[in-house]
Amino acid sequence: MYKITRSPWVMHYDGSSCNGCDIEVLACLTPVYDAERFGIINTGDPMQADILLVTGGINTQNAPVVKQLYDQMADPKVVVAVGVCACTGGVFKDCYNILGGADQVIPVDVYVPGCAARPQAIIDGIVKGIGVFQERLEKMEKGESLTEDKEKKAEETAESEDK
Amino acid sequence: MFDLIIPFLICFPFLMAVILLCCGKSKFGNIVSYFGAVVIMIASVAFFVYKGVSGGFAFGQGMYVNTEIADYVILAGEILIVLVVTFLSFKYKRAWVSLLSILPTAAIIFQEEIAAPEEIEHIYIDKLALLMIILVGVVGSLIIMYAVGYMEGYHNHHKEVQDRRNYFLALLFMFMGAMFGFVTCASLIWLVFFWECTSVCSFLLIGYTRTEEAVNNSFRALWMNLLGGAALVVGIIAFYNYVYPTLSFRTFLMVIPQMTSFLGAVSLLPVFLMAFAALTKSAQLPFSTWLLGAMVAPTPSSTLLHSATMVKAGIYILIRLAPLMAGNVVGTFIAFIGGFTFIAASLMAVSQTDAKKILAMSTISNLGLMTACAGVGTAETTWACIFLLLFHAVSKSLLFQVVGATENSLHSRDVEDFHGLLYMLPKHAMFMFIGITGMFLAPFGMLIAKWSALKGMVDGKHILLILFIVFGSAITSLYWCKWMGKLIAHPHKEKKVKDVTHAGEMISFWVHGLVMILLCVFLPVVSVYYVDSIIAGSDMFNTNGAAIPASTMYILITILMLVFIVPLVLYASGKNDHSTEKLAYMGGINTGKNNGFVDFMGEEKTLMMSNYYFEKMLSIEKLMKPAQVVALVALLIIFSMLGGYSIGGMF
Amino acid sequence: MISGKLISAICYVLFAPLIGGLIDGIGRKISARMQRRVGPPLLQPFYDLGKLLHKDPIHVAPSQNFFMMSYLFFIVMTGGMMFLGMDILMCMFVLSTAVMFLYFAAVVTGSHYSSIGASRELLQMVAYEPCVLLTCIAFYMVRGSFETAEIIKGDISPIVYLPGVFVAFIFILTIKMRKSPFDISTSHHPNQEIVKGITSEIGSRNFGIYTLAEWYETVFLLGMVALFIINSNPWSILAAVVVIALVYFLEILIDNTSARVKSDVMIKVSWAVTLVAAGFNILVLIYFLG
Repeated sequence: MYKITRSPWVMHYDGSSCNGCDIEVLACLTPVYDAERFGIINTGDPMQADILLVTGGINTQNAPVVKQLYDQMADPKVVVAVGVCACTGGVFKDCYNILGGADQVIPVDVYVPGCAARPQAIIDGIVKGIGVFQERLEKMEKGESLTEDKEKKAEETAESEDK
Repeated sequence: MFDLIIPFLICFPFLMAVILLCCGKSKFGNIVSYFGAVVIMIASVAFFVYKGVSGGFAFGQGMYVNTEIADYVILAGEILIVLVVTFLSFKYKRAWVSLLSILPTAAIIFQEEIAAPEEIEHIYIDKLALLMIILVGVVGSLIIMYAVGYMEGYHNHHKEVQDRRNYFLALLFMFMGAMFGFVTCASLIWLVFFWECTSVCSFLLIGYTRTEEAVNNSFRALWMNLLGGAALVVGIIAFYNYVYPTLSFRTFLMVIPQMTSFLGAVSLLPVFLMAFAALTKSAQLPFSTWLLGAMVAPTPSSTLLHSATMVKAGIYILIRLAPLMAGNVVGTFIAFIGGFTFIAASLMAVSQTDAKKILAMSTISNLGLMTACAGVGTAETTWACIFLLLFHAVSKSLLFQVVGATENSLHSRDVEDFHGLLYMLPKHAMFMFIGITGMFLAPFGMLIAKWSALKGMVDGKHILLILFIVFGSAITSLYWCKWMGKLIAHPHKEKKVKDVTHAGEMISFWVHGLVMILLCVFLPVVSVYYVDSIIAGSDMFNTNGAAIPASTMYILITILMLVFIVPLVLYASGKNDHSTEKLAYMGGINTGKNNGFVDFMGEEKTLMMSNYYFEKMLSIEKLMKPAQVVALVALLIIFSMLGGYSIGGMF
Repeated sequence: MISGKLISAICYVLFAPLIGGLIDGIGRKISARMQRRVGPPLLQPFYDLGKLLHKDPIHVAPSQNFFMMSYLFFIVMTGGMMFLGMDILMCMFVLSTAVMFLYFAAVVTGSHYSSIGASRELLQMVAYEPCVLLTCIAFYMVRGSFETAEIIKGDISPIVYLPGVFVAFIFILTIKMRKSPFDISTSHHPNQEIVKGITSEIGSRNFGIYTLAEWYETVFLLGMVALFIINSNPWSILAAVVVIALVYFLEILIDNTSARVKSDVMIKVSWAVTLVAAGFNILVLIYFLG
């Protein structure tokens, strides 16, 4: 069994955010926080990414885009929602064009709250994402379907919304 | 009996041409052409095999010492050519061109009449001639087979052009006859005749459509080639009167090296003039424009001009002259012009989108490389030159034919329109791919020839040529790769293309493809048993052994073969591999097909990809003039040098 | 002797990925330190490769898979030929064939990012090819053979005769190693105008293959640098290692201190350097040796 402990490549997608969280995501890469210590690389390409980092809420126009980017990533893949907007829609939740958090269109694995989320928290979220990634990888190598997992996740999200 | 094949090969095409001219517009011409092409191909291959079996290719053979009747025929032919040229140049109001035909022909006939009678061989068969015969025979016949089908499509597609296809086919046959004569004759008088014959045939072929552009271009081709012919005549007369009184080409090649020591530059003048004639025929700078203009004619004629005939006639002469040019001022300048043409033409090829123009520029540039090799004139570079000639002839012929057939189906020959050709006309794309890889990529022989050329030039310490070649070959790969990328790219839109390619055309493609692959596999064999002995033979360099050791070559070929096999094996083995298909990345706005995206208004847009062409920097309009000036200056320098010495030496 | 060559070639095939990955790791670490960061662990490139190979394989066009495998194969073959002591000019021809396969793998997708990256890759090839060929020719002039086995045999290191060629080769090494300012066909950093350029559509296993090929290529290229140094004295191998280290450090320094240039600037500058440094060097060589 192959253990992936420290090679999460991240693709950062900016939904309709205020850019606060995006600045913090980039701050993670600066010498102060140096996310590359954990092998985190900010790649701009879904084909090579393991973790989709979403900041900002989902609106009617970017919903299919997020969906497509997520589909383009190779299995196993993990979604981390950064900032309260990506988690729930945040202060924009009731806007006419906002659907809500990232989990409206794709299954989110890790929620990193904050407005804006702190770099420490973001890095922590990504490292948590590695755990999920490892789990999925094991499942995949055993030949189990990952889609069930995602469906379950989606159900859970739906439930939590109901509450 | 087999020795009769030579006169047969020369006369039979002319006979076919006459029959075709008599056919008028009837479909009978197609059958005649297929028949003629097959006969010529069989005859040339049979002759080649017979020679190989009977003599092991080990000898040169002179024939036909007494040819009084043939001499009269040739004389009549010469006069006929003058009449045709004079008539057409008066008809199209370019009377001065006729002077270029009348004066040299008059001079050579006069020279022939005053010359002391001598016993010379008129036909001489050695390995180089044999190689040219089989090249012209096989490639030329395939081109004719292709032409029959092509002209059908051409005249359906171009209604405005008067249908004279049998006349066109007749010209192709005549051309082949002239080429056979040119490569086998050993008399300088005959050489001039066949030379003029190819010039006039190409002139008539280029002017086939009779549009204004075609007429202009055909006359450009005519005067340039006649100028070369005139230089040839002057060279022969100068040789006869000042160097050695003979009209035998073989003696010419043999005595000049001996004469150089005490005659000096005077003996080099004929060599230079002959090489000059070869430059015009091989479309080297500053004479490259005629070959570009030849594009107006239907594709089979460009195929014939570019691949095995016409331009190769110039290279053939240069190969013959190579030992005479080694290490002297003529060779240096010829090599310079060749190298310069190589790089200048490949730069211009980068800016072209028209497939035929790219092919034309690449022909010119490759001929430049061959010229440079011949100009250096060592055993190694001559070896390279012969291989370049061989591979270039086959792959260029294939490429021209495929482009022509694609144009008939696709109604465009713009490389940008070939985007995703693999999905529209898979067979055409495949043959194009083979042709292009044959032009510059491993495993095909061009690469080994280039390798050998570089080695020879380093040994000869020709720094300028080395620079030309290393920069030129980088640019060469650029324009070919761009083209190959287009062929396999994902298509812009689903487009159904009706394939109108004839069976005859397809047969020709297959044979070409097969010949390419066989040549590549058997390159060491061809080299060891054939080309090496051309080089080492007594006529050329008298070196013992191979230009490139056979062991090196076997290793190289084995390795290069991998280039061929491995991708195939990987393709076959990877077919059932599990792999998930994803959409191409377009920032998440892919429409679901990889050739479109959704714009900000929610509308679907088609994605169009295009190559780099650097048209502002590298267009033909911009580069051709300066390049011609440079080459012209080089020619003038060498001409005044040799001319000055010779005049000084004569008095 | 033949067995010695064979062993070195087998060593190359087996260990080049280890060395290449390690060099990559060291490079990333040094880069990080230059930017006052801690940087990833030394073995990070291996973690990355492991992950890439274990992900679900993906493609945009099915033929990508076999193009990438061919690319890897020919890169390995290039290096293998060099370490077998074979003809260096042929190595370079095989290398350009390999690059062709990478180009195909990119254009076959029809994606705009990778197509533009692929076009730029060709321009890169135009920029570095003359210098690479001239380097081979220069070795031939000094040693009288294109074969690497012969090139390493002389008494005096080739660099003594070829300082200009060395400079030009180091210059184009920046292009070949895809370092800034000449990383125009692909970028190691995100959010640039063509995303990941020629590798944009190459993910998971194929990207792993690409990484592996890069490592083989790095070792091959640094081997070329070593050819400038190595002579019949065994100690010269040590000197070669030192020079390689210095050259690699220099490349990283250039990478970290320069911004990307446009493709036409790249071609002009690299051709000028090739002509002036390598061309002049060869001219002098002809004058003295001839």
